[in-house]
Amino acid sequence: MSSPTSTPVGSKRSRDDIPVTPSSDGLASPPSQRRRGQDSSNGDLPAMPTSPATDIASPAVHDTSLFSSPRRSGNFLPSEVDMSSPLMYGTPSSRVEGTPRSGVRGTPVRQRPDLGSARKAPQVDLHTELPSADGAVASEQAAGQKLVIWGTDVNVGTCKEKFQRFLQRFIDPTSNEDENAGLDLNEPLYMQKLEEISVIGEPVLNVNCSHVQSFDADLYRQLISYPQEVIPTFDMAVNELFFERFPDSILEHQIQVRPYNALKTRNMRSLNPEDIDQMITISGMVIRTSQLIPEMQEAFFQCQVCAFSTRVEVDRGRIAEPAVCRNCNTTHSLALIHNRSAFSDKQMIKVQESPDDMPAGQTPHTTIVYAHNDLVDKVQPGDRINITGIYRAVPMRENPRQSTVKSVYKTHIDVIHFRKTDEKRLHGLDEDSDQKLFTEERVQTLKELAAKPDVYERLSSALAPSIYEQEDIKKGILLQLFGGTRKDFSQTGRGNFRAEVNILLCGDPGTSKSQLLQYVFNLVPRGQYTSGKGSSAVGLTAYVMKDPETKQLVLQTGALVLSDNGICCIDEFDKMSDSTRSVLHEVMEQQTLSIAKAGIICQLNARTSVLAAANPVESQWNPKKTTIENIQLPHTLLSRFDLIFLMLDPQDEAYDRRLAHHLVALYYQSEEQIEEEFLDMAVLKDYIAYARTYINPRLNEEASQALIEAYVDMRKIGSGRGMVSAYPRQLESLIRLAEAHAKVRFSDKVETVDVEEAKRLHREALKQSATDPRTGFVDISILTTGMSATARKRKEEVAQALKKMIQSRGKIPAMKYQQLFDDLRGQSEAAITKDMFEEALRALADEDYLTVTGKTVRLL
Amino acid sequence: MRMWFICRFCCPAAQSNSNPEWEAKVLEYFKGQLKEKESHSWVPSLNDVPLHYLKPNSLVKFRCLVQDMFDPEFYMGVYETVDPSTKANVLRCGKYKDVTECGVDLNSRNTVTAERQTFYCVPIPGESPWAKEISFLSAARVVPSTSYVPSRQKRSYEEDDDDMDTQPQKQREPHTGTHQAEPHGNGDSKRQETEAPSSQTTTPSDCSSHLDLNFPLPGERGPACLVKVYEGLDSFKLNDTLEIYGILSVNPVLTVLGEEKDPSLLLLNPTESMETPEEQRAHDPPASLVPRLHMLYARPLQHNNPLLPSAPTEDQSAFVSSFLVEMASVRAELLAYLTHVLLGDGLAAEYLLLHLISDVYTRRDVLPLGKFTLNLSGCPLNSYTERLYQIVQQLVPCSYRLSMSLHTMNSMRLVPKKDYVANRLVSGALQLARNTSLFLDETQLEQGQLDSSGVRNITALGNLISWQKVDYDFSYHQMEFPCNINVLVTSEGRSLLPSDCQVPLQPQVTPPNMEEYLTTIHMAQFTSQINKFRVYLSLARTLDYSISDEVTKAVEDDFVDMRKDDPQSVTAEDLHRMLVVARLLSLSLGQTTLSRDGWMRAKHIDMLRRSRTEQQKSLNGNEP
Repeated sequence: MSSPTSTPVGSKRSRDDIPVTPSSDGLASPPSQRRRGQDSSNGDLPAMPTSPATDIASPAVHDTSLFSSPRRSGNFLPSEVDMSSPLMYGTPSSRVEGTPRSGVRGTPVRQRPDLGSARKAPQVDLHTELPSADGAVASEQAAGQKLVIWGTDVNVGTCKEKFQRFLQRFIDPTSNEDENAGLDLNEPLYMQKLEEISVIGEPVLNVNCSHVQSFDADLYRQLISYPQEVIPTFDMAVNELFFERFPDSILEHQIQVRPYNALKTRNMRSLNPEDIDQMITISGMVIRTSQLIPEMQEAFFQCQVCAFSTRVEVDRGRIAEPAVCRNCNTTHSLALIHNRSAFSDKQMIKVQESPDDMPAGQTPHTTIVYAHNDLVDKVQPGDRINITGIYRAVPMRENPRQSTVKSVYKTHIDVIHFRKTDEKRLHGLDEDSDQKLFTEERVQTLKELAAKPDVYERLSSALAPSIYEQEDIKKGILLQLFGGTRKDFSQTGRGNFRAEVNILLCGDPGTSKSQLLQYVFNLVPRGQYTSGKGSSAVGLTAYVMKDPETKQLVLQTGALVLSDNGICCIDEFDKMSDSTRSVLHEVMEQQTLSIAKAGIICQLNARTSVLAAANPVESQWNPKKTTIENIQLPHTLLSRFDLIFLMLDPQDEAYDRRLAHHLVALYYQSEEQIEEEFLDMAVLKDYIAYARTYINPRLNEEASQALIEAYVDMRKIGSGRGMVSAYPRQLESLIRLAEAHAKVRFSDKVETVDVEEAKRLHREALKQSATDPRTGFVDISILTTGMSATARKRKEEVAQALKKMIQSRGKIPAMKYQQLFDDLRGQSEAAITKDMFEEALRALADEDYLTVTGKTVRLL
Repeated sequence: MRMWFICRFCCPAAQSNSNPEWEAKVLEYFKGQLKEKESHSWVPSLNDVPLHYLKPNSLVKFRCLVQDMFDPEFYMGVYETVDPSTKANVLRCGKYKDVTECGVDLNSRNTVTAERQTFYCVPIPGESPWAKEISFLSAARVVPSTSYVPSRQKRSYEEDDDDMDTQPQKQREPHTGTHQAEPHGNGDSKRQETEAPSSQTTTPSDCSSHLDLNFPLPGERGPACLVKVYEGLDSFKLNDTLEIYGILSVNPVLTVLGEEKDPSLLLLNPTESMETPEEQRAHDPPASLVPRLHMLYARPLQHNNPLLPSAPTEDQSAFVSSFLVEMASVRAELLAYLTHVLLGDGLAAEYLLLHLISDVYTRRDVLPLGKFTLNLSGCPLNSYTERLYQIVQQLVPCSYRLSMSLHTMNSMRLVPKKDYVANRLVSGALQLARNTSLFLDETQLEQGQLDSSGVRNITALGNLISWQKVDYDFSYHQMEFPCNINVLVTSEGRSLLPSDCQVPLQPQVTPPNMEEYLTTIHMAQFTSQINKFRVYLSLARTLDYSISDEVTKAVEDDFVDMRKDDPQSVTAEDLHRMLVVARLLSLSLGQTTLSRDGWMRAKHIDMLRRSRTEQQKSLNGNEP
């Protein structure tokens, strides 16, 4: 066989053995001998990976007698190890090994290709006497000796001890990870997890690296720097511990430790050559996954002449075909038997940098990730994930026909742990998954800013500084950015209460509504911008698509779902088709989206604030008409907006002057001058993010009283004139706005000042949008029923007058439309428009008093 | 000529003592050399000189646009080779090279891994023929020097390919008469790529079926280049226009590696399969088609007008101040010329002139300032717009005419899209360099239905005009890239696209034969005159501008006054526009501050324009 001479031992151990050997070699009697034995007689390699007779997990045990060749008995194998089973293919877990230590016995080791599959880093083979396994073993045998794994400073014994101590002692009382739900936070965390493993039987232990770091910084450093050596040691440690505790547990294979949340690298862009072979964590989005690749771990060769079989391990992606049969000395007689070779699952995944991490003006980077065994098919394209793995660089393979090679390495990540960051959207547990980390100084500056008495004004003026004035609108949008406090009444059956503030801007074209929307969209991390004209209902909600490759049905989410926990900006709201608008009803109040199509029935969270802009129907705002008449939106939808602002041209001289000044300044001031005047957009972003994450204000006693009073007052205003000017929805709006205002102040309590501001803003918005143009009074029924009370009364009056007039004429079966209109106008003292007349006719038609056909009116 | 020597020998020389500072020194040396006067002109340019005339491993320059940025790659910065005969270990340098020398010791502990990034660069899209021609002529001197020396070429070959046992004989044969017989790069690739056309460099249209060079605009030609960037990765952005000085590498080995695909190897080594064939084709195209360029130094280009000094040096400011004197007179001539072109419409000519020097000079949060999209409505039909474009093209260094017919709107790809299979950004017509003139010809639009991609294209154009940004399609999300493109829309009625300013064309003359009329106008101009116009337009854009407090006050008063009479007549929007017009008007006269007169003039021409649109409205009755 050619491999033994050409393959350096050093690299061999790093290839494959390392995950196996520490647990087995270290325990089996003279391990170094055994190792050497392997090296000298490569024909024995099959001995290594076989399953013990007791192995329940190996499906192949019973086949042994059938297929084992007679020559095998002559092999100098350790007798307790069974011969290779012939039906090994496709089941890497069957490629197992006895672990003769007491507790661990009977549980097969599973290979970890994630750790060792492709290590090509140059390993000098000069020191064959000191291969890692030997060193490790030696150190274990003589604990006092300071021996380390070659090339590292890892001492297996100490490392193992430390990790066991970590598992037994680590307590994290402040943990708030969802994975730890249901665990007692005052007990050692990982011992509870081990217990879980013994119950559930899933032999994977996820370890948060930040825990390791806080427990033992040195251990953490070793883990990050030498994951390939340290993780197997961890495996070993955890298995010993586990089987000591739960000696009777039956697991599919030995427990594997999967560290995650390595703090070393966060961003794909910052990966550099120094990270090679180290453990890293990066975030990104899956863009493509490959088919499953069966990767050969071990090739099985059989001699065509004497049926002698031999196994060759894959080395650096290659198999050295034995040239000579060792048994019968025939040359080139060995043939590869695919069915009996060992394979493991592998999948190539392409991950792209998430858009938030990127500097502007550059394209996102992509990285290739390999998932092995059970991590295959764990992620789908489109998922946002955090990947923990080992960063690898492989030189371009040498081409036998060429002397020169491309001097480029191919890089990839062997994944150890996946963590989906957007998973929570589906099972709406809680709050921002992407916990933005703020530095101490940043928090300090934010708090200083919050302590300023005029912080509210400052922030609102920092919002879209290029847009002039419109202070109240900016304030409203600012409160929308902060949002209220989320309240959960699901126990009492009322579900979640909406915390998001919805705002509608309407007004003349060219009053920078779109610009405001664009600004907000650029400000918030999860903003979506759509235009009413261009979006369909499915584009807003979600649609089911057939994946062209897999023929699987895939749920594609639309703008509203994508802006969960963010803001959805909808421009040209009035141009939206009715069917599209109707989906907004559910989103804007229940904050969910229900989908029932193509066999997929689900409810997605869409906790999004809606910021919409609408143009009046007649291109210019008609001040003589109500909001509803001007924008022609269904009032059911309008009432779901907390604030409706009109953006009109104010048309007064002082305003004009300030506006002119502002605009001219925009055109000649330099960047620096502007910066001085306004808050930086980044600060504003952080401020909002911080407040949204950490501040959850609650109402205090006075504030509740103030709210009650405000509500009662609002209802009183109208009741005097026989109108209702407030509904419970308005009260809820007030509460949300007050909460948001408290958030702006970084206050945990909603106080009277907040309520006052909420009231003021709400009143302003109402004054603008719900003023009855005929009477000048605020009338909420314009928004809730689409018609002001006076208008309704007037309509009634006109209809009655018309009826009276017709009755007074006696029995005429039909009359001319135009003539009737003229008569009515002549008779009535108030001006009657054609609209009013038609409305009156319609009302009478509803009463079945008359019908209108073309230009004639017939009595019934 | 000295530079070649340096490239070829600096690396080995420096490696032997493995002094880490050598890299910095080399760079410094090159930068110093390139700063010298005239130095730019004697480096051959990839834009002008056909690839097969350039020697591999020589210093070349390339004027280009960064079309795509590939993932960073790790390479062997320093590696060790073992001489098979003497067993001697030699340290070698991998920087500025694509391939290693023979006998790499992969297990050497001295290997240093370093990082570099590849940019896919294309010639500046829409570069006007005159700009190409002039820069070609100015560089013409170096062409003969690059194409001679067959002996040197041969040597470089021997060095690179000494150990290629395959067909060493054949390889040397074609060299004897390199430049008239056949480009040598082709000789190699032909052998490996059986179906490749025989002379790729000369007939790029042929190979487009094999390899899409991913030019933003259809019908473009020229070399695309994979630029390897070693320093200052963060300073480059997508769509930057750069002049890159670097070492050319067209090693045929690169092609072989790309082509070679042994199915049996594939089976055993699935790592190979992680690259799809499409990806391989996009990232490792044959070097004879897409040469590699190892960047030594890159200069961001403010403009690509070859008539202007490109670097902001002393001679530029001297140039500017000397030209400023002429500015007003050149403007008058240009205005007269444009008036003729626009059929005697002086006002439209004025606006066209302002449009041609407009530039997004800054952005205030989302608002781009200084953009001035012009909508010329009422254009005569029948190829007038086409002619008009040709004249604009003669004046600006970069331009593109998008004929907005239904078919093109429905079928053309305007917005760049990420192709995840090939892992590259598939370009679209809106991936343009800064200050490119985009001529949208709406007169070509006929009645019919826009399909969904047509709607998307129209939306993209609308976004481009209103926000000066293009949302690139990354399939799972969109990414916003700011741009700076001068959009001119010609239409019959008012354009369906938004615009900053609409000018209805009022022809004063009706020539019986439009074609002839425009041709004669064009012919009447001397080249020197046209060149003056070209310099004028590029220069006016670069001037600084400010408004004094006094004028600010006057403008404010004016605005208030105007609103007093009729608040509906002047809106904030109008003030925005008038401020831009005032700015452009001042700059067009070479004035860097706004004067009262300037403001009054701006107001005046805006009034004229508005009265014209009003008139148009009443003429057409209910036109919105």
